[in-house]
Amino acid sequence: MKKTLKITVALVAVLAGLTSCNNSENSKGRSGALASNVAEKVYVAPGEHDSHYAFLSGGYSGNLTVYGLPSGRMFKEIPVFSQFPTNGYGYSEETKPMLETSFGFIPWDDSHHPDISQTNGKLDGRWIFINGNNTPRIARISLTTFETEEIIEVPNSAGNHSSSFITENTEYVVAGTRFSVPVPQRDMPIKDYKGNFKGALTFISVDPEHGHMDIKFQILMPGFNYDLSHPGRGKSHGWFFFTTYNTEEASSLLEVNASQNDKDFIAAINWKKIEEYVNNGGGKMMPADYAHNLHDEATHTATSTMKKEVRVVDPAEIPGAIYLLPTPKSPHGCDVDPSGEYIVGNGKLSANLTVHSFTKMLDAIEKKKFDGDAYGIPILRFEDVLAGSVEQPGLGPLHTEFDGKGNAYTTFFISSEVVKWKLGTWEVLDRKPTYYSVGHLTIPGGNSREPFGKYMFAMNKITKDRYLPTGPEMEHSAQLYDISGDKMELLLDFPTHGEPHYAAAIPAEIIKNNSKKIYRLAENKHPRKATVDAETKVVRDGKNVHVYMTTIRSHFSPDNIEGVKVGDKVYFHVTNLEQDFDVPHGFAMIGANNAELLISPGQTRTLTWEPKKVGVWPFYCTDFCSALHQEMQGYVRVSPADSNIELSWSLGD
Amino acid sequence: MNGVLEFNNKLNLDTMKKVVMIITGLGMMLFMACGDGEKKKDSPYENSTPSEQAAPKSTEPASTRVDLANKGVGPISSVTMADDIDQTMAAHGKDVFEKMCTACHKADKKFIGPPPTGILNRRSPEWIMNMILNPEEMVKQDPLAKDLLMEFNGAPMANQHLSEEEARAVLEYFRTL
Repeated sequence: MKKTLKITVALVAVLAGLTSCNNSENSKGRSGALASNVAEKVYVAPGEHDSHYAFLSGGYSGNLTVYGLPSGRMFKEIPVFSQFPTNGYGYSEETKPMLETSFGFIPWDDSHHPDISQTNGKLDGRWIFINGNNTPRIARISLTTFETEEIIEVPNSAGNHSSSFITENTEYVVAGTRFSVPVPQRDMPIKDYKGNFKGALTFISVDPEHGHMDIKFQILMPGFNYDLSHPGRGKSHGWFFFTTYNTEEASSLLEVNASQNDKDFIAAINWKKIEEYVNNGGGKMMPADYAHNLHDEATHTATSTMKKEVRVVDPAEIPGAIYLLPTPKSPHGCDVDPSGEYIVGNGKLSANLTVHSFTKMLDAIEKKKFDGDAYGIPILRFEDVLAGSVEQPGLGPLHTEFDGKGNAYTTFFISSEVVKWKLGTWEVLDRKPTYYSVGHLTIPGGNSREPFGKYMFAMNKITKDRYLPTGPEMEHSAQLYDISGDKMELLLDFPTHGEPHYAAAIPAEIIKNNSKKIYRLAENKHPRKATVDAETKVVRDGKNVHVYMTTIRSHFSPDNIEGVKVGDKVYFHVTNLEQDFDVPHGFAMIGANNAELLISPGQTRTLTWEPKKVGVWPFYCTDFCSALHQEMQGYVRVSPADSNIELSWSLGD
Repeated sequence: MNGVLEFNNKLNLDTMKKVVMIITGLGMMLFMACGDGEKKKDSPYENSTPSEQAAPKSTEPASTRVDLANKGVGPISSVTMADDIDQTMAAHGKDVFEKMCTACHKADKKFIGPPPTGILNRRSPEWIMNMILNPEEMVKQDPLAKDLLMEFNGAPMANQHLSEEEARAVLEYFRTL
């Protein structure tokens, strides 16, 4: 019996371990009270809203994702540069023009750096801009519809990376080339790069009322790689700063050959001075092909216009507008603090973090303390412009954001951490690991004059073991930190979509009440809309058959169509007659070689279908819309090409 | 774990039974200790009011039932109608009806929903306007609207977000039918 008791105790101990309420493995030695405190900080109760929106670039997804903070929940993926079969973006006739370029229709891009529009240096939440890196483009997304409204291609650019950053009154969205190229493009030996290639920095004006973009001018800079940029703000408003690397002008094995110089440059551009020069007729128009694509909210339709020339400015024409600030070594991020005084050059191969002073820069310029020039652009002395260095804060600094309380937060890719340091004293205050290998970080408003310094999130390049494994390919990971105290506190891991490079975040109250619920039928100006039943019809125009169709819970009108023939091209112009929030209808046609349509209330969208087989073919609604959703279907009768069956259509007869 | 099991094999059956009983008992206690001790939430069905449940069920279809006292649920508590039909308002209402309602309602025959012809003989003007302006709550709370939803196969009355002025004009148009 003694034995029995012992065994029993042993077994119960094992059982207790298995059934324990406290999952000690996950709490990793933290006290239960502390762990639950962290959980409360990210817990958004069912039905309640997050306090912040975060817009994360999609990287190689080409899109933009919308998240809530602090929960880390994803709300939406906004298609920007990539076709999106989920709602038909880039497949529907209305949205295909959005993806037109001078290279033709491009179904994909690599989206990098979202930036929210500003007024007086503060986030105003009207639009968000993002760059397409591969086929250089800038997109503008409305923060009322959360849809892409406009895309402009950037000529003379390649690897549109030091983009899309906006000036403090959204005067310009700025796009800089990462790869220098021959301008204009021409057939020439690659080895003749040095001295012959140019780096175009493009200033795209933004109309203050409707946001429409237009290239105001391009500065044709020396053939360096322009990596990242940020506008001056406050006292430095009117200037723009770009980091450069490959000032060696290597064209091969850059891994080695672009890391030779001890210092590269931050290019400081006085854009107000160049703007004035251009307004007085400065610069010259050069031939260029680039697409300008605009989606009209009233017609629900995008148009693409091919532009034929662009204004370029040679820095030599306008002395005193551009200076080079030596910065060690291959600086990546180029970040300006909320006051506009400090310009942080994150030298990714440098042991120290370099901070330049705007005041010192102006002083050195005034006293003409130059240390030679590069292609005629004056180089300032490193010592004359240096505000200070953060000594050996970590390995591989990439990006810096600000909390508005005098602190800066820099990511370190190699040592995989975020380091908090103090502006002015340059002392390191705190460091926290990231999991793993952090790229960008974001503080809401952290690149504006007024940051909201409560949360910071790090976007990591490597996920590895952070989540349940999903095979060799997995989503990236982000980490949310509370930065309201002296020390950063890790709150949450959340997976992200594609490869988020940068993100922009904003307090929810600035934009949430502007979010549109429906499109008004009365305002629908689509040329092939059917906003009342009497407008539904089917019209033949040669081989083209236009179906003017409506949807409402839960039927299509018409839902029986005959007289379509093999070889026809059928355009379904579907108008959603619903005028209630969150009642979209879908439209899917068997054998359609494109995608479905998802049609918002009051909207018109067009799907093209080329029937190839004789028969009676169904279509249906893909978005569960009511208890009778499964009944929401219809048929198209497809007859042989030589059939003489007349077009007819009906509903319920 | 393996060690314990091997040791078990050496025990006789009787002892084994006792051990199992003890373990089961203690295990149960452990599992119970993990329960949150909270009372189960009330079923949502228990929230319906007794008066609704007690209301006598009419066998007449909701579409032909006459109930002029019921004002429905929604923003409209009283409507003033002149003896004569306001023809300008009615024309406006016809326009609104054709633009916003005809996908589901034909004036004089049953379609997705019932026809509005003669509706003022069956419904109060307030009920009609509330059904237009507040269909989501009507089909949940108003007994007539609930029955209509069932009679029309569960096809919901869509909220087309008419203004009160537009809904009033549609009501005036219904007087001409």
